This record gives sequence, C-alpha cells and structure tokens, in this order.
Amino acid sequence: MDLLNAVIVLLNYTVIPALTYGSQLALGAIFVTLIYGILRFANFATGDMMSFGTMFAVLLTYYFQSLGISFGILPTALLTIPFAIFMMILYMLTIDKFVFSYYRVKKSPPVQLAMVSVGVMFVTQAIIRIIIGPSDRRFLDGEKFILKATEFKEMTGLNEGLTIKSTQAITIIVTIILVSIMFWFLNKTKTGTSMRAYSDNEDLALLSGIDPKKVVLITWVIAGILATIGGILYGLDKSYRPFVYFNNMLPIFAAAIVGGIGNPYGAFLGGYVIAFAEIFLTYAYKRFFIYLLPESLEPNSMIQLLSTDYKFAISFSILVIVLLFRPSGIFEGKKI
Amino acid sequence: MKQYSNVIAAYSIMIILIILVGVFQSWSIALTILNYCLISAVMTMGANIQWGYAGLINFGIMGYTALGGLAVVLVSVAPVGEAWKLGGLNMLACLGIIAGMILSIRQVLKKIEKSKKRNYLVAAIIVIGVLLLRFISAPAIESIESVEPAKTGFLGGLGMPVLFSWIVGGIFAGGLAYIVGKIALGLRADYLAIATLLIAEIIVSIIKHEEWLARGVKNVIGLKRPAPYEIDLQTSPWFINLVEKFHSSKLKLISSISERQDVLKQLVIDASSVYVKLCFAGLFLTVVIILLIITQKALYSPWGRKMRAIRDNEEAASAMGKNVVKEHLLIFILGSAVVGIAGAMMVTNDGLFTPGSYRPMRYTFVIWVMVIVGGTGNNFGAILGGFVVWFLWVQAAPMALFFINLLTAHLPETNEIKIHLINSAPYFRFLLIGIGLLVIMRYRPRGILPEKIIKQ
Repeated sequence: MDLLNAVIVLLNYTVIPALTYGSQLALGAIFVTLIYGILRFANFATGDMMSFGTMFAVLLTYYFQSLGISFGILPTALLTIPFAIFMMILYMLTIDKFVFSYYRVKKSPPVQLAMVSVGVMFVTQAIIRIIIGPSDRRFLDGEKFILKATEFKEMTGLNEGLTIKSTQAITIIVTIILVSIMFWFLNKTKTGTSMRAYSDNEDLALLSGIDPKKVVLITWVIAGILATIGGILYGLDKSYRPFVYFNNMLPIFAAAIVGGIGNPYGAFLGGYVIAFAEIFLTYAYKRFFIYLLPESLEPNSMIQLLSTDYKFAISFSILVIVLLFRPSGIFEGKKI
Repeated sequence: MKQYSNVIAAYSIMIILIILVGVFQSWSIALTILNYCLISAVMTMGANIQWGYAGLINFGIMGYTALGGLAVVLVSVAPVGEAWKLGGLNMLACLGIIAGMILSIRQVLKKIEKSKKRNYLVAAIIVIGVLLLRFISAPAIESIESVEPAKTGFLGGLGMPVLFSWIVGGIFAGGLAYIVGKIALGLRADYLAIATLLIAEIIVSIIKHEEWLARGVKNVIGLKRPAPYEIDLQTSPWFINLVEKFHSSKLKLISSISERQDVLKQLVIDASSVYVKLCFAGLFLTVVIILLIITQKALYSPWGRKMRAIRDNEEAASAMGKNVVKEHLLIFILGSAVVGIAGAMMVTNDGLFTPGSYRPMRYTFVIWVMVIVGGTGNNFGAILGGFVVWFLWVQAAPMALFFINLLTAHLPETNEIKIHLINSAPYFRFLLIGIGLLVIMRYRPRGILPEKIIKQ
C-alpha cells in the first residue's frame, strides 16, 4: 500500500507534469530543428513566433466566446487552431519572402541568418505587444479536470490523490497525434523524402530535380503548424504571456541541441529529456520517502536536490554537458 | 583627414541630437541618455573586439554585464561583520572545497589514462564534493541570510573605493570568459551563440538566487559613488555661489528677496543633478577614450592583423603557424573583460544592483544590434552604434507617441483604437530597433561606419 502511495506521489507531481511540459518543449524543439536542418539557421525568433500564433488563438477564443460558440467540455481554443495556424503560416511566409529568402539565395553564412532572425524577433515582439499587450491572459474554458484528487482517493482508497488536468491530457494526446503524422509525412511521402534529401545534401537534391521553393514552403507550413499548436498547448496549460514565450526559447533550444540539432526524432526526445531533468532534479522527495522508508529513517529535510529557482539553469547545464562530451547531441544530429 | 570625414559627420549629428534633447526636454534627461550611451559604447566595444576582430559570436553579454555589476557590490559595499562571524568561515571553506575539487579532477585527468575507472573517479569527486558543499554551506547560508534580512542578509563586500570595482568587474568577466571559452569556443558559430546565451542565463540565475552573495532579487541599494551626492552639493556654499553666478542675470530680474531665494533653491536642485551626471559623464568618457586608444592601437598592430587573418581564413592562418585556439581564447577573454567593466560602470551609475533586471533582450540582443548597426570591426563604428541605438531605444516611445497623435488627430479622444495605440507606444521601440537592424543588414551589411583596412 505504501509503495502504491509513493508511486502515485511521483506520478502526480513529477511524471505527468514532466510529460506535459516535455510535449510542449518537444513541439518547439522540432520546429527549431526543422528550420535548422532545412533552412540552415538557428532561429532566434522561435519563442516569439510561437507566441504570435498563440496570440491569434487567444483573440479568436475571446471572439468565439462572445459569439457564444463553445466546444462542449473541451477548450474553445482547440476550435481556433486552424485559423491561428493559417495566420501563423501567412506571417511566416511573408517574413520569409521579405527577409530570409534574400539571404538564402545569396547563400549567406548561417550566422548572418541568425542575426537576421534576431531582427525578426524584435519585430515580432513589437507586433505582439502592440496588438495584445504584455499582460497575462488565461483563455482556458470547458472542463478543468479529468480526474480530481478526491475522486481518485474514493475510487482506490489510497491516501494520495492523482489529479489529471484536462490540459495535460489534451497536450499529450495532441502531441502524439501531431508528431506521428509528421514523422509519417517525413518518412513515407514523396514530399517528406525530398525535404530530408534537401536537408542532407542541398546540391545533390537540386540535381535530382527537387524544387527548393516547394521544400521551403512546406517547411514553413509544418513549422507554422508545430509552432502554433505548441504555443497554444503551453498557453492552455499555464497561461499566455508574451515574455514567458520569449524565455521558453531557451529550454527549447536546449532540447533541440541535446537531441542533436537537425534531427527531428532527437528533438522530440530531447524535449522530454530536458523536462524530466528539470522536474526530477527540483522536486522535493520528502513525501515520497516518507512512504517508502520505515518510520525511524524518516527524512526531516525536503530532500530536494536543487531549489526550483534553478529550473532553467538545469536544462542549460545539461546542454553544456552534452556540448562538452557529445557535441552532435545524444541522438546524433548534424555535424557541428 | 578625408577618410575620417564620415566619422566626424556621424558623431556631429549624434551630439547635435543629444543637445536637442537637452534644449527641448531637459538637460538632466540629455545627460542621462549620454551616460547610458557611453556605457553602451563600452559594451559594444567589448562585443566588437570579439565579433569584429575575431568573428566570435558571443550572446552572453548579459552574463558578463551582471558579473561586472556583482563586482561593484562585492568590492564597494561595507562588510557585514555579523554575517561574516556567523557563516564567513564556512563559506570560505566551501571556496576551498571547490578549488580542491577542480585541482583533484585536473590531477585525475592528467595522471590516469582514459578509461572507465577515470570517469567513475571524476564522478565520485563531483558527488562527494557537492554533498560536502551542501553539508557545510546550508547552515551558514541560513544564518547569513537571517542577519537583518530587510537590510543586509548577505556577506557584504570589502568596503573599497568603487572605482576599483570597475577593474575587478573586468577581471571577473575575463575569468568567466576563460571558463566559457574553454568549454564552448570549439563550437560552430551559431552553436556558440546559443551556448553562450544559455551559460549567461545560468550565471544570472545564480546571482539572482544566491541571496547570501549579493541579496539576489532583494537588490542592493545605496551603492557608493565616485561622484558627489546631490544633497551634499545643495548645502555646500561654493556650489550655491556657482549657480548664483551662472544665473545672475536671470536672478537680478526678480525683485522680492524671498521669491529670489525660492528660485535659486530650485535652480540649485536642478543644477546639482546635472553636475552629478556631468561628473559621471566625465568618468565614462575617460574610460571610453582610454579603451578607444588601446583598441585602435591593437587593431593596427601586428597582433590585430593576425586576428583579422584568423577571422578571414582560419585554415590559412593556422597553416602559417598561428595558434588559432589560443588567440580565440585570448580575444574572448579581452572582449568579455571590457563588457564586465561596462557592467560595473552601469551599476555604479545607477547606484543599485538589481539582478532581476538582467534580461537577454536588453543586455544581449540590443547590444548586438548596436554592434551590427554601428559597424563591425570598426571601433568608431561600435561606439557610434552604442550611441545611435541607445538614443533610439530611449526616444522611440516619445517619437511613436508623436506620430500616433499626428495620424489619429482626426479621431475623437474616446476612439478605442487611438487609446490602444497610445497605450502601446512604449513597444514601438522594439519595432524600430528590429526594422532598423533588418534594413541595415540588408542594405549596409557592414554597418554605418564599415571596417577600414589601412594599406601599409
């Protein structure tokens, strides 16, 4: 019984939140890695692009709510996803046409493109703040919990409750569906294969008749879908705040590099590596050990490896360690 | 002379702009902008040493700035005796343990061949060291932080003159750059950018959360100043006399004595703030000029030519027998040290240390925009970039407000779009800076004042 309680404690406070957070990071990391692998630059506007897509979802959610449209027990925001994605892709393609394509055609070094993306980051931030403002916004509606702690306790008779928020379930399910479709697309369809070929060797791909314009277009479309859905899921789970999205860019980068940048599978797993490390290293294990150990050995401290203040620092430290010992990432990406 | 004509023109325009702010807004604002421009110029020179001379991309400016600021606290604040008595010894012991860990790991790496045994040994040293550190430091930190938590709650500094901390700030930043350089310099350019950015985040989060060190997010206020205080000036007779003499013609026009006294008092208060800012401006200008002379000399010395050769073709320079790795590390340290000095200058200017304010947006990306806009590889360009971008960053909101009012003049005061736009005026600075960067990168990729190669 005690063992079960201990497991539930871990599940409730670490595993489920980490899976959720990891899924959100993973979507962002695949976005970073796709842009890096195919368009060949580190996109510093990542966080703000995710924020841009989410902004439309927030605004449309408010609009739908004012019209009285709802999605039953599910959040209204899910209904707005197609529109938000459309706006996001439109924005990305506009930026690409007016900014990035010039440097791509000129074959500028990646550093220059990264600097240009910093300019895009500034502009995107300005647009977001001018349209929606910098404040915190919640746009979650519908049923909040799938499983409440009290219900779980009644059902099982355990001391510890297990809570599953609907946003957590939605995040994990949507991520799994989205990522499997994307991997199927990349591996099984002709367009996907041509994208991978373009990523591996641009010159050979061009020789074999792959249209670079089409590859770039499809890349931005996939990137737009990933960025918007990743952003909306994060915003539903926590809340929407432009500044936080900018900050999230850093663990997302860490996830992409840890997984091996340029490698979508690596980025997907990297997101979970970062999330689990952050949460496992900052969780206070006191309650877990109270159940497991005999009373005489009961811990009196919090048994917390690091304070939660260092959450971000952990993911960055992991990145530094990976860069030191395995610079091409745990799951092997492009050569640095 | 002719080759410097555009430099002189650009700087004249900048000075006229700042004077215009003085005339139309107030001299105090103009001097605040000037001081920040000078500080930004130092930061930009630091970044330019790395990016312009050697082509190293360092997005960790924020971390070095914060470390420079920390140096001000650690050097100039008076030590907190109580806290040192309670936990000082333990903290020193911790420092010793960290040094011991590093030394023993180095020994292990040197003595034992690459094997599983060596890895386990290193891991064991780290685990034991961390456990020891926690065991020793935890009670000490608790007791240090409980010493008058509202006022001190930290170890304090050394109580030395604040100007000394500028040098220490440079040394701190250089030391960090040595470690970062050892870890990250071998990486490809854009990886280096990300790695340095993330390492800077780690540094800032340590400064933010280790309250025993510098009060963390509780901030340190009332730092020492190398310039006189306004209150002292307002009561010292020589200063009042000076102000009286300066404004004598204006004061003569006022007939009643009490009224004249009131006017004089107001003038003295205004003048004291301007005087203090002028003192700071003088100090900062000295630093900028010294750095400018040194960097200019270095750029056109054999060493500078070697650095440019390495930047332009690493393989060729390496084939000619230049030690690329060593030179990269050196220039990384030098550039970061300059940024550290700027960080210390900024905290001295503000008189307070607020770790929470170190954000990558303001302290990394804006500085990089300065470097790119000003002109990479050209010290005059770097300084100009600092001036131009900081000026725009500060003046963007008033400018945006002016244009919004102009464009929406025909709309009624209650129009929602107008109110919304007026409220979001501060965010137009991001738009201005972003578009400025994009335009410069596209149409003048080498900056306003591009690098000049003097042929000898």
